[in-house]
Amino acid sequence: MSESTATTDRSSADGPESEGSPEEAGRDFGRLMREITQSDLLVVVFAIFAAMLLGGLLVVLADKDVLATTGYFFSRPGDFFAAVGGTLSSVFTTMFQGAIYNTNASDVAVGIRPFTQTLTVATPLILAGLGLGLGFRAGLFNIGAQGQIIIGATVGAYVGFAWDLPVVLHLIVAVVGCVLGGAIWGFIPGFLKARTGAHEVITTIMLNYIALNLVSFALSKTAFQRPGSTNPQSPLIAETAEYPLILGSAYNLHLGFLLALAAAGGVWWLLERSTWGFQFRAVGANPHAARTAGMSVSKVYILVMVTAGALAGLAGSAQILGTEHSLTAGVAASFGFDAITVALLGRSRPLGIVFAALLFGALRAAGPALQVQAGVPVDIVLVIQSLIVLFIAAPPLVRTMFRLPAPAHVKEVAA
Amino acid sequence: MKNSIRFGAAITASALVLAACSAAPEATPAPTDDTATPVETVDYKPCIVSDAGGFDDRSFNQAGYEGLQEVVAAYGMDTAQAESADDTEYEPNISALVAADCDMIITVGFLLGDATANAAAANPDVDFAIIDFAYNEPIDNVKPLLFNTDEAAFLAGYAAAATTQTGTVATFGGIPIPPVTIFMDGFLSGVNYHNETQGTTVQVLGWDGTDGSFTGNFDDQTAGQNLTTGFIDQGADIILPVAGPVGLGAAAAAREAGNVWIIGVDQDWVVTAPEYADIIFTSIMKNMGPAVYDVVETTAVGAGFSNAPYFGTLENEGVGIADFRDAPVSDELLAALEEIRAGIIDGSITP
Repeated sequence: MSESTATTDRSSADGPESEGSPEEAGRDFGRLMREITQSDLLVVVFAIFAAMLLGGLLVVLADKDVLATTGYFFSRPGDFFAAVGGTLSSVFTTMFQGAIYNTNASDVAVGIRPFTQTLTVATPLILAGLGLGLGFRAGLFNIGAQGQIIIGATVGAYVGFAWDLPVVLHLIVAVVGCVLGGAIWGFIPGFLKARTGAHEVITTIMLNYIALNLVSFALSKTAFQRPGSTNPQSPLIAETAEYPLILGSAYNLHLGFLLALAAAGGVWWLLERSTWGFQFRAVGANPHAARTAGMSVSKVYILVMVTAGALAGLAGSAQILGTEHSLTAGVAASFGFDAITVALLGRSRPLGIVFAALLFGALRAAGPALQVQAGVPVDIVLVIQSLIVLFIAAPPLVRTMFRLPAPAHVKEVAA
Repeated sequence: MKNSIRFGAAITASALVLAACSAAPEATPAPTDDTATPVETVDYKPCIVSDAGGFDDRSFNQAGYEGLQEVVAAYGMDTAQAESADDTEYEPNISALVAADCDMIITVGFLLGDATANAAAANPDVDFAIIDFAYNEPIDNVKPLLFNTDEAAFLAGYAAAATTQTGTVATFGGIPIPPVTIFMDGFLSGVNYHNETQGTTVQVLGWDGTDGSFTGNFDDQTAGQNLTTGFIDQGADIILPVAGPVGLGAAAAAREAGNVWIIGVDQDWVVTAPEYADIIFTSIMKNMGPAVYDVVETTAVGAGFSNAPYFGTLENEGVGIADFRDAPVSDELLAALEEIRAGIIDGSITP
């Protein structure tokens, strides 16, 4: 919000000066260029470019063919550059094919599968990222999404495999179970913060450990195990509790994705249009002032954490009811932690979070193809993913690297 | 400061330049060279997916991977692999391998059970093999690779009971899952068998057949070290850690205490952990690499694919115990172990 106001202010300040002058068109163009070069979008584009460049360098260094050619670089440099070019183009085509569109596919239906996979992987990240972003806006550094996802998924899984309910109703009850599980796990640190002032960073980290060990413990008990097996793995949830697949059984994309988009809209409304959202932001800006203004800061803390937990619980439902269908200790993967980056990358704004989650989803979705087709080791895949995020998260670095002008609003965003 | 950096950069640069000065290979490699490296080329593409442990876990992922690499090299096959960073990547990784036209996909561990079953149903033309997991109802194109590790652990338990000075031995696991507890079961019954037949009263700490000591994961070496120190304090002098790399923590604790032996698992630890070779009593070996080798070889150039489970046993040497090397083992004990081995193979002794 502050960004758009800032830009408008700027243009209106420039306005009178340029008005009616003969070089109006030229100046307008100059202003347009300035606005483009100062936009966050350009930073993102250049950040991805820089990360690809650096990631590409790593891939090249790790590549056997390239290494073989460095030994006789001066005798025949052509070989070296051919190997580098070959490796780089194969990596980037594979990333595109693994995350967006498989150009090798025989028809469009198969070709778009990677893109639907990107959306599927992005779903829990959008949901958990929204919850964390909400907390950040209210000044709460909640890093408990991991635990909230796990508890949500555990409750949802139990409802899914242990209860026998009719179609539709079973799914609804299971989703509510996930939301409640996450909300309870969010309520605890919110309550502790509101009542005792216990710092949410500490309590949420500890609750992450508790959740992880709790689910491991539950999975060691027969109630959570498959009949006749002692593996720490729950039975498959009933089909009635699964999210329906939106695009049919050929794709993994499930209803949870639409739910995530709806949640993004809901969070936007909550933050920007509702009274509660105003209080959330007021407490985030300055809790003392908010208290003086008559707001109940403790109520806000609890409510924010419960909402954040509920959203993370929904992320858990995307995992258990959408993709995994069976509870294991690793059901949350690293989504709860990735969501922190997603929320920060999206500047804690719903739309930004959706796009950041899509970027992460694309990177994760491209991982298997990168390994299998391009032969890039999994560690390098993770490094490339992290580099992209690193560059995007550090706009000044990218601006310096590519000599982009500093944006006028940079101070306001920081504030 | 700046000068020294420049100097260093110059040195590095010249080193790189010098290193890059060697002669280029022949522009067109002689076609005759190709026949020299692989003995024969078999048109079959076996691939492998790890679980979240990765291919460097010093346990089943690594063993399976190495077995695959060997068979691929021996027959000049094409291959591909996908390492899973977490539990949500199993399905995408298997799909990626299917898309890469793999003829056989080897999946490692029970966590991949569902993903493998789903992929097998969706791709009936692709053969699958899964390590350490069996389905209640066999699937036509999935071959389970299972190991009767308790047979080998029984021998190790018997030998430990015969060798202990304190009358106390111990074991602990990573996570209580069947592929882990089967080691502990076999070890316990081996000790009990010695007690019954030789009239000893050797006690086993850490596992009573249903419940025992676990570190809770397969990577916390400190937990293994603490648990082992606890066992040593209670008088144990031979310890069996069934927790992958956590066992190295146990070995460190044993080294510190002195006069304590460690029993290795999965592979021969004298080879894989040579720094502890002098305190390795023996190792209970689960020969997963050779099993993968056999399955791929049989399917690609032998009798073809069958979904009948492969059982690694003492008889087919799919499991076994390593040589005792430094351990004080009498000839009578070795003879007794040979007898027990024969007894297990012919079924007269049940581990």
